[in-house]
Amino acid sequence: MENLQVEDRLNLKAKKFLMWLFIIASFMMFAALTSGFIVYTEGNIERGIKVLLPKAFMYSSVIIILSSLTAHMAYLSAKGLQFAKQKLYIGITILLGIAFFYSQFQAWQALYNSGAYFVNYNASQSFIYVFSGAHLIHVLVGLFFLLYALIGVFRNVPQVRNVFRMEIASIFWHFLDILWIYLYVFLLLNQ
Amino acid sequence: MASTATHDSAVLHQHDDHGHGHHKETFITKYIFSQDHKMIAKQFLITGIVMAVVAMILSILFRLQLAWPDQSFPLLETFLGEKWAEGGRIKPDFYLAIVTIHGTMMVFFVLTAGLSGTFSNLLIPLQLGARDMASPFLNMISYWLFFLSCVIMMCSFFVESGPASSGWTVYPPLSALPKAISGSGTGMTLWLISMVLFVASALIGALNYISTILNMRTKGMDMWKMPLTIWAFFLTAIVGVLSFPVLVSAVVLLIFDRSFGTSFYLSDIVVAGQVLPNQGGSPVLWQHLFWFLGHPEVYIVIMPALGITSEVIATNSRKPIFGYHAMVYSLIGITVLSFIVWGHHMFITGMNPFLGGVFMITTLIIAVPSAVKTFNYLATIWRGNLRFTPAMLFAIGLVSFFISGGLTGLFLGNAALDINLHDTYFVVAHFHLVMGCAAIFGMLCGVYHWYPRLFGRMMDERLGYLHFWVTFVCAYLVFFPMHFMGIDGVPRRYYAFTEFAFMQEWLTVNVFITWSAIISALAQVAFLWNFFYSIFYGKKAPQNPWESTTLEWTAPVEHLHGNWPGEIPSVHRWPYDYSKPGHHTDFIPQTTPFSETMSSNLLHDFEGSAEAEHIQQEWNKEHASERNTPEQV
Repeated sequence: MENLQVEDRLNLKAKKFLMWLFIIASFMMFAALTSGFIVYTEGNIERGIKVLLPKAFMYSSVIIILSSLTAHMAYLSAKGLQFAKQKLYIGITILLGIAFFYSQFQAWQALYNSGAYFVNYNASQSFIYVFSGAHLIHVLVGLFFLLYALIGVFRNVPQVRNVFRMEIASIFWHFLDILWIYLYVFLLLNQ
Repeated sequence: MASTATHDSAVLHQHDDHGHGHHKETFITKYIFSQDHKMIAKQFLITGIVMAVVAMILSILFRLQLAWPDQSFPLLETFLGEKWAEGGRIKPDFYLAIVTIHGTMMVFFVLTAGLSGTFSNLLIPLQLGARDMASPFLNMISYWLFFLSCVIMMCSFFVESGPASSGWTVYPPLSALPKAISGSGTGMTLWLISMVLFVASALIGALNYISTILNMRTKGMDMWKMPLTIWAFFLTAIVGVLSFPVLVSAVVLLIFDRSFGTSFYLSDIVVAGQVLPNQGGSPVLWQHLFWFLGHPEVYIVIMPALGITSEVIATNSRKPIFGYHAMVYSLIGITVLSFIVWGHHMFITGMNPFLGGVFMITTLIIAVPSAVKTFNYLATIWRGNLRFTPAMLFAIGLVSFFISGGLTGLFLGNAALDINLHDTYFVVAHFHLVMGCAAIFGMLCGVYHWYPRLFGRMMDERLGYLHFWVTFVCAYLVFFPMHFMGIDGVPRRYYAFTEFAFMQEWLTVNVFITWSAIISALAQVAFLWNFFYSIFYGKKAPQNPWESTTLEWTAPVEHLHGNWPGEIPSVHRWPYDYSKPGHHTDFIPQTTPFSETMSSNLLHDFEGSAEAEHIQQEWNKEHASERNTPEQV
């Protein structure tokens, strides 16, 4: 009961809702980009991706799915008051996030080597960089959320707050996961 | 287990820290980096007013040019310098810049941030019975991002190449090629930066509004007991969340085109005899992305004004709003439709005629919820006990502009007629009446009505009447003649009409319009004086100056953090119990329980609660003789 009252006064429920709304907003941004791609590409047969997507994108997908799992494990341990485990899983998630970055850069390298440059008369190919780049910026934000949660555990913040931070971070991280899969499938379908 | 214990004690400690007794406030935390929604509302309002004054001065400048294209105004050279007004005549480059910045400032800074920012911040917590926003910190960030974006936009006047000049819609290729016109250079870059910050601000604000409305209503305040203002702010925020991110995407691609040499929007361009390397892009792509935001944006502008008007008209007609549910559903209808009509801005881009037909139909359907709203306003006023406060006059003014501007929307929404009318003064007349004047009147109506709530003082009524009548008449004198110019084919945004024989005859009309504009600008001085003077020297406001029913008038006049000193009042009834038969006053506040108003309760007030209905019927039987109103059965 006491806990509930504290939660009410800090408006954590309302703040958590902000995260869902933010996800909707950022999904709209990607919806705009992908529909921009469709409008652009449909306009002319000479446009289109026209290269094979690099293998690294597949590795990235595996990495980010794994990281989503570890983020969930961290959340469960936070709820179960197992703080050592929580730290470990957040740590792994952050490392996987960084690995995702690396893998995306590898993918860009591969695209570049296959002649699909960012500065390109066929903007369908430029779009690949825009999609993955915009997503990477979101991943960066996600990493900050995870770090914030991690600092919370180390500083021993109150449990309501700890779970709140962990929830925010993991909701957003799952969104990043789903978002990347959406983008990857979108690109595969338009290959 | 040990760590559990520490955590629990920390929870308790936390609990003590966050009591509502207020901590010491410094000047900086109270007036500058304030997290209190009422202060943030004032910040938005005053910044909005400053921006409105700047935008108004810009409009007078280009009106001078349009009325007297060949005449020299040495004063202009004194103020604007040789660069922009050599020989006292506004230069074409500067003309394009001021038209662009006037549009941008009015649409985004004044009518989006100034209107939604002010009244959503002020009224959402106060009318719903919340201590503050969901996240006061983000609320503060939202204001400061907006402030920063205003500053950057103003800075663009001071760069070598001048501010952005490609119209407020910044269509590529003008906006995408830094060398296209002088305004496409640094000014355009600053415009884009400013706009990205603005979008961030608007988004953060909108997220906060939605979350607060859905999660922090006081006891008894279900969605159907919310005042229509809150419904309007809520739906406006939803439109914002869904449409502003699209502008970010469009702007990101534009920035890549400008600075990195990509070709999203560019193709087949020759600048000064030189063929540019960009190939394969599509300028129409920008229009799709821009108008996917741009059209909902006009509803972001008008819906809060409509909400404010509903509240003010009901209060000052001393009547329940006519068709509360219909009002809400028509707002929802407008919200949904606003996303599927953007194509009507693009009928003449070579759009497939079938697609044009689809957009035409969806556009014309918007007339239905709009007409429902108009009808309901008129029906609310009909036979009301009208109190013509300045706020009420502005609300009626809004309805007038909404009708006269809305009717021409039917012409423009028609794909065939649009071939003739596109980009003429007919369009200028249409949107200035329906979203410019109407929204500004809504905003002024809100300022006059909630001024006692904002500053704890009253504005002067006589200056308010003067302000209203001059503005109202002049606004029609400015924009009505433009319809005829537009039908004759006079194009918008032209620097001068002297080069075309058929347009020369309109010069006299332009002189007339400019004089009207100048007079209406002078009328705003009455408002500005009234506004700033009353902050310090206005009459002290009573608790409930308009005898209104909503929650904000139960909070103390002196602002305090957390809004209500004790417990938050709970809500028992809908917000429009004005002139309810059988009650001794002509308004019943939302906080009054039905048990205190037995003489006026109706059976449908109880929402199907059999017990309450039974008690009421018993009471009615007992008091049948006292109620000497035989016609009431």
